[in-house]
Amino acid sequence: TVMAAPVTNDQSWFFALALGVSFLKCLLINAYHSTDFEVHRNWLALTHSLPAAQWYYEATSEWTLDYPPLFAWFEYGLSHIARFFDKEMLVVQNLNYASPATILFQRLSVIVADVVFFYAVKECCKCLREDKGKDLLGKPSFILTVLLLWNFGLLIVDHIHFQYNGFLFGVLLLSIARHFQNRHFEGALLFSILLNLKHIYLYIAPAYGIYLLRCFCFTQSNADGSLQWRSFSVVRLVTLGTIVLSTFSVSFGPFIALGQLPQVLSRLFPFKRGLCHAYWAPNIWALYNIADKAFSILGVKFKLLDINKLPKASMTGGLVQEFQHSVLPSVSPLATLICTVLSILPALFRIWHRPNGARGFLRCLVICALGSFMFGWHVHEKAILMAILPLSLLAVESREDARIFLILSITGHYSLFPLLFTTQVAHQNISHVAIYNLHIGNVILHLFFRKGGALLNPLEATYLLGLIPLELICEFVYPLTVWQKTFPFLPLMLTSVYCALGVTYAFIRLYISLLTCSDSTKKIKTQ
Amino acid sequence: MENWSLFSLCVLLGLTSRWAVSFHSYSGAGKPPMFGDYEAQRHWQEVTYNLPVHEWYFNTTNNDLNYWGLDYPPLTAYHSLVCAYVAKLLNPEWVELHASRGYESHSHKLFMRATVLFTDILIYIPAVLLYCFYFCDGSSKQKVATALCILLYPGLILIDYGHFQYNSVSLGLALWGILGLGLGWDLFGSLAFTLALNYKQMELYHSLPFFCYLLGKCIKQGLTGRGFFQLAKISLTVLVTFALCWMPFLSDPKQPLQVLHRLFPFGRGLFEDKVANTWCSLNVLIKIKTLLSRETQLFLSFALTLLFILPSSLKLLSKPNLWQFKLALVNSSLAFFLFSFQVHEKSILLAALLMFFLFVFFHSMLPLLVKDGLLLPYVVTSLAFLFLSLYLLSHLTRTNEPLFWYFPFHFWFSLVAMAVLSFTSVWLEPPAKFPDLFPVLVSILSFLHFLGFIIYFNLVQLMEPQRKKSQKKTN
Repeated sequence: TVMAAPVTNDQSWFFALALGVSFLKCLLINAYHSTDFEVHRNWLALTHSLPAAQWYYEATSEWTLDYPPLFAWFEYGLSHIARFFDKEMLVVQNLNYASPATILFQRLSVIVADVVFFYAVKECCKCLREDKGKDLLGKPSFILTVLLLWNFGLLIVDHIHFQYNGFLFGVLLLSIARHFQNRHFEGALLFSILLNLKHIYLYIAPAYGIYLLRCFCFTQSNADGSLQWRSFSVVRLVTLGTIVLSTFSVSFGPFIALGQLPQVLSRLFPFKRGLCHAYWAPNIWALYNIADKAFSILGVKFKLLDINKLPKASMTGGLVQEFQHSVLPSVSPLATLICTVLSILPALFRIWHRPNGARGFLRCLVICALGSFMFGWHVHEKAILMAILPLSLLAVESREDARIFLILSITGHYSLFPLLFTTQVAHQNISHVAIYNLHIGNVILHLFFRKGGALLNPLEATYLLGLIPLELICEFVYPLTVWQKTFPFLPLMLTSVYCALGVTYAFIRLYISLLTCSDSTKKIKTQ
Repeated sequence: MENWSLFSLCVLLGLTSRWAVSFHSYSGAGKPPMFGDYEAQRHWQEVTYNLPVHEWYFNTTNNDLNYWGLDYPPLTAYHSLVCAYVAKLLNPEWVELHASRGYESHSHKLFMRATVLFTDILIYIPAVLLYCFYFCDGSSKQKVATALCILLYPGLILIDYGHFQYNSVSLGLALWGILGLGLGWDLFGSLAFTLALNYKQMELYHSLPFFCYLLGKCIKQGLTGRGFFQLAKISLTVLVTFALCWMPFLSDPKQPLQVLHRLFPFGRGLFEDKVANTWCSLNVLIKIKTLLSRETQLFLSFALTLLFILPSSLKLLSKPNLWQFKLALVNSSLAFFLFSFQVHEKSILLAALLMFFLFVFFHSMLPLLVKDGLLLPYVVTSLAFLFLSLYLLSHLTRTNEPLFWYFPFHFWFSLVAMAVLSFTSVWLEPPAKFPDLFPVLVSILSFLHFLGFIIYFNLVQLMEPQRKKSQKKTN
């Protein structure tokens, strides 16, 4: 029987955790799903019904294909299995088709694809410095498994909102694990594949590039950690280049041959969208918008500005917001790009100068992810997961990282809540309570893993606890007030701003820890 | 401190699974004209809010007893009244007299689920935690594991959060009663149990053990001295609680009679639907329902119930200790379930309360759950529960043998049989001659298991074998 004895006592808990979370995912099959469900159904349909030459031109549905070709091939593969569930979902014209068989198939495909994620987590656990002899709840690998497998942000986004992030993050974590294990070619290959699955990971490509160049192409460092120019290995560079280029050519090759490259790129990088996504990811621009709005209100009040001259800043905007700032200068895509690059440059310089092995690379990777989240154009809250998940690896090994992780994951996950039940507002209440409570489970788990005193200082703890009154106000108090009608988006704005503070704080602390950590190859200070 | 962190994690996991199940369908969803238990509960809110107390249990123009008339004791009615007040605040349409019949909406479903969750958190979950903390033997890890298993028991979750009922209130109160007795707070225990009884009359299944235990204890303390005093105090507590609960109904002698008439509908016949008890199973061989007259049926069920319950109660009376008490509870509820009149599948929850291995009971509810559209949660939660309990059990009892040999072969056989039956119930079409084949098979299989259990537990209680730790963790 499947449930018969575990092979070794040590690893059975992994299986139990994986199975447990899969059960939970199964229970969520009939939960609310967002438009992303229709997006993927549409992609199944068009990859199945149309030849590849038309994939990036097809526009019957508003949800056009905007992921790189490898993901399209993935959907194509899935569509062949989908045939056995319900043929109707593969008809492109069947917009918003959602029969029970369709839902079952799509949900199951996410659950099954998560096997990649499980494998990756297992590999990551091998990279940790184990503490032998401690009981299960004191083992870093156990804590890491819980933090990753039962990550609530991932659960919400993948299994309710509907996406394939588990599978993609599996590939990312596997690539990171390979670098930890000094299997750099495999790591590079995996990352190239990942880029061709979802191009949002371009944000962390600089970290990969600098790290591989510095630590892999230059085979040796001097005693003090500085660069030894003469140890440059052309062979390695060329091999890496070949790997990357061949992956890209396999993926994009057919489309370049057909002369479709500009069209593909325009689908992949649609710059027409506004600065902020509808739900205001908690990044710098949310704070910027608030400041702008505050200044404009104050300006009008103190008669410094003429209300008629101000552009109509739409606070009540829909999905695409062309945000015209009233007082502060408007922000263009180029400006955000410059800000993003500026924010990650110091980190890149740091690992160039004083690389700290794979851990330094990981830290830089998280900073790149977080920096692009903070300053990027039209960032979606889901992108915070790109920072949170890799950070888990660092968090189980050092107090400082654990503290940053706590703040980042709680505020990051909290800001994901509006993704749920956007149309069934009433359902938010009970689910918020349940999910948020469960997140605290992570906190508890983490807290008692660290036996040396409290992890957070009082200010941080107060800030995090402040999320509870915020929740109560936004969900219960605000709907009963008069302002509900005039400013219906105020709760979302408040949430974004509050979380943005936490995310910014985490970003700064992470930077400090990168710039100040000693660059010895000895054990990282675990205080 | 660490223990409470772990316990709180169990609670959170329990809450998550409850929340996840509550997404799914409820009894009678979208099935006019009668709908199901969900509509019944909503209807009681409507009735208790809009009508005066003396009309609640009577058939009047405003209160049609045929449409889900109240058939639980007064405490349920008061609970519905409180919920109705909250409902009125949120949306008066939910409890409009007559107009709100068959009301179904997303926010209403949320509200109803929320009420179940609220009472669960308030009453049932603390009782489970305290029970595991104080009354389970074993290391703290084992206690936590037990708490987790109990909280994840699919039967209660699916009936309360799927099908829709408030069993957590009555079971929780009964558990508080057991806790009270276990801690030596007899008065508190009797109070809690009386409240449980006044919430659902099904708790009568547990009443005999409570009675015998307390009586036995008082007798042991000497009926002429302290024992008598104690007995008097307990009786007074029980009587006063009853009086307080039934106060609005005591003004007119017709009232309590009518309430009792609603609570114990002897007019409905020996059984309804397919239930895993003796009568239903027997009916397959001999058409008992039609063969015997109503009075004979009543007498027969009464006699057999008494017969099966007598040995265990007498033993408890003579030896009132906690372990006997727990076994007596199991035996008593099993006896009532198997032999009494008008039993519903959900009654088995009462026996389940104290047993570790509850899988069979849950499986017997399969036909009901399939009818409600709860197949997916059924499969998932039962698999999860089975896996979890087996996993924890194997790890916490530290055997070196592989799990397979740990349990006798008939355990695995039962599991396979249940799996096969579940599978066939859903995927295969029954033959035209026997349209109810699969529910009946499920009932019979479960019945055989229950019969086996009752014999086994009676033997255990009566013979008291010298075992330090029984294989099946009977807590």
